[in-house]
Amino acid sequence: MNAVEAILRALTVILCAIGAFYFFIGTVGMLRLPDFYSRTHAATKCDTVGAGSILLGLMLMQGFGAITLKLIALTALLLLSSPTAGHALARAAFRTGLKPWRSPEHTEGEDAT
Amino acid sequence: MDSFFWGLGIFLFVNAFLCLLRAYWGPSVADRILAVNIVGTKTLLVLVLLGYIFGRPLYLDIALVYGLLNFAITVITARFIETGRLTGDWT
Repeated sequence: MNAVEAILRALTVILCAIGAFYFFIGTVGMLRLPDFYSRTHAATKCDTVGAGSILLGLMLMQGFGAITLKLIALTALLLLSSPTAGHALARAAFRTGLKPWRSPEHTEGEDAT
Repeated sequence: MDSFFWGLGIFLFVNAFLCLLRAYWGPSVADRILAVNIVGTKTLLVLVLLGYIFGRPLYLDIALVYGLLNFAITVITARFIETGRLTGDWT
């Protein structure tokens, strides 16, 4: 294993670790955040950044070839589809009358909806 | 490198099960669909990693089809809970 290959392996490991960290953040956000709209925020973050950086790391390890083109297509599909799906879901939830969450300190002087 | 990919895949698997917990709890329908969407993305990445572990590039095509199905499921279900039907205008 020469030096360039070793550096590329190290970059792959670092990018995969960043992606796994973002997936963990997305999971914690899914479990802990208070309402649907903020959970959409956490979910699309974990889809785009986490999956994108893991696939970028795999691309670096692979070098150029047919498999890299498939990985690029997969990344483009994820980067396009995940925010679109999140937006469609949030719009559907808003139009069917799901109220956004208000923090209890900010609704003291107003009518609690 | 294989053991690193195994570890990453198992980590994503555990995260997917924790997201299924939200799909079980979720107070609204949209929460459940969002959780299923995330589980689909994690399954896609586990498929890609399994393709690298077993040395079969065909798994990448399966992952591509899985991502397209995941997107279609989410958008169609969002439309269904928004308009109540699957054909016609978005009114």
